[in-house]
Amino acid sequence: MRNLFGSSYRHAFLIFLSLASIYPVWFIFQTSLKTNNEYLLNPLALPLHPVLSNFRETFTSFPVAHWALNSVIIAIFSVSGAMFIALLASYAMVFSKMRGVNFLLNTNIALMVIPPVTLVIPMFMLMVNLHLINTLASVIIFYIGLFVPFSVFFLTNFMKSVPYELIEAAKIDGLTPFAILRRIVVPLSSAALFTLMLVNIIYAWNELLIALVFLQQQESRTLMSGLSLFQGRYSINQPLVMAGAFVSVLPILLMYIFGQRFFVKGMMAGIGK
Amino acid sequence: MKSDQLISVGTATNSRRSERWPYLFIVPMVLIILLVFVYPLIAVVRNSFYSGSISNLSFIGTANYVNLLRDDVFVHAIVNNIKLLLTVPITTLISLAAALILYENIRGWKLYRVILFLPYIIPAAVVGLSFSYLLQGNGILNTALRNVNLDFAALDWIGSTTLSIYSIGAVIIWSQFGFGVVVLTASLLSLPTEVSEAALVDGASRWQRQRFVIIPQIKETVQFLMVLQAITALAWVFPYIYTITKGGPANSSMVMDLYIWQYGFSLGAVGMASAAAVYLLALSGVLILIYSRMRKRQSERR
Repeated sequence: MRNLFGSSYRHAFLIFLSLASIYPVWFIFQTSLKTNNEYLLNPLALPLHPVLSNFRETFTSFPVAHWALNSVIIAIFSVSGAMFIALLASYAMVFSKMRGVNFLLNTNIALMVIPPVTLVIPMFMLMVNLHLINTLASVIIFYIGLFVPFSVFFLTNFMKSVPYELIEAAKIDGLTPFAILRRIVVPLSSAALFTLMLVNIIYAWNELLIALVFLQQQESRTLMSGLSLFQGRYSINQPLVMAGAFVSVLPILLMYIFGQRFFVKGMMAGIGK
Repeated sequence: MKSDQLISVGTATNSRRSERWPYLFIVPMVLIILLVFVYPLIAVVRNSFYSGSISNLSFIGTANYVNLLRDDVFVHAIVNNIKLLLTVPITTLISLAAALILYENIRGWKLYRVILFLPYIIPAAVVGLSFSYLLQGNGILNTALRNVNLDFAALDWIGSTTLSIYSIGAVIIWSQFGFGVVVLTASLLSLPTEVSEAALVDGASRWQRQRFVIIPQIKETVQFLMVLQAITALAWVFPYIYTITKGGPANSSMVMDLYIWQYGFSLGAVGMASAAAVYLLALSGVLILIYSRMRKRQSERR
């Protein structure tokens, strides 16, 4: 047993997992730099003559820049909206003596596991009736709702570790509840808030089903739902599809790499026991 | 009045405003939950008893539920989702092993950690696109296998009716294990180190420490993770299937969420899709019930 968990075996395991994690991402990148001919001749090899023509074509053949803008707008509004709502609610649930806190917490945990696909049809009909279909607002409202339960779960978990004395002291100083939240709780929660923000942005940026169904006009698509058009139209030009895929991953990838350090810390605050 | 008095017994200095603000603070949350969860859940159950299109529904009782169970494609979809549940223990074991090794501060853990989190941030649709090229008949995997003379292992991973759902399962494992590593690493790092150190002093081997000291302490997080993964396998497979097989070949990789999407939006059969959604909700409900039973029994034992 001990041998099985020896140091070299553990390294071998991690190296295998790392290669498996990196290769598909690397494959997207290296393929996007190849011409279709080069790719067909040798799909495995490194690009011998890297070209940027796929990226150029990506942006000219479809309104990719417009889709990217839509994705950014949706991510910003849905994530900040959900986090604002969740901050208010979590603060009230943790730092007041209001009734029904356990009921609200359990409801949120139950909602976290409701499959969104079961909500999609009624929400679609509702948005049609409200004349919001094909507007970014329809998706933003839906996402806010989907983000709130996890955000409340995450933030209440974190806020339980904020010393209550701080809140009491601020109360005695005459701060309003909202001022305490803004000036004391939020600054103390920066790592947790950052991580929660990242988790929600990843979700908003990556979501496909709702974006596909609610935004069906060429101009209103997100990057993810637009990408599926690529796949259909360029089934014989895979490097071009991979260029589109790479463009759509890049913003999240950069955000993750630069925020890496806070990410684990924030996770610990929000879901570590 | 009565509740006001009860509250003011505990905090004599509280004014009326400080008793009311918490209820104001939760209003937005309650409203959005009513809009995005409560209303659609009621509507989806109601619609499941109707037939027709969005604009013209007529009541037909439980016919949708009966018809679904007679539909081979839907039954096959349920079977496929249950097959995909097999990914949950596998994903969890991989994540747990990786997180435990990282926790031991093995050389290079920082770099490993950055890399192992990577699959988590890659969108499921992009994962699907990329793997569809890797796994197709003349794809990267098979080209590599043929290059090293393993032609017999170069199977039609996503084009065969028997293999496609398992290939999808493998892709889901790839896509999900990073999230497990993130969550379990966070949970491990917030453990108090004293207990583990005491076990070390007592001469416990690494394996004993992991098995009897560390894992029991993160058991709840592991269970929670498994529930989230199970829900993913049941109801969150759409982006993978949509980009890899579209449910094919010959509906062999059909799953429930793709079925709901197809009936609801491609075919416009709102009632059928809603009834399928209710079946899916019921299956998820069973899962949650098992989970909460488990938690209850544990807290009673404590």
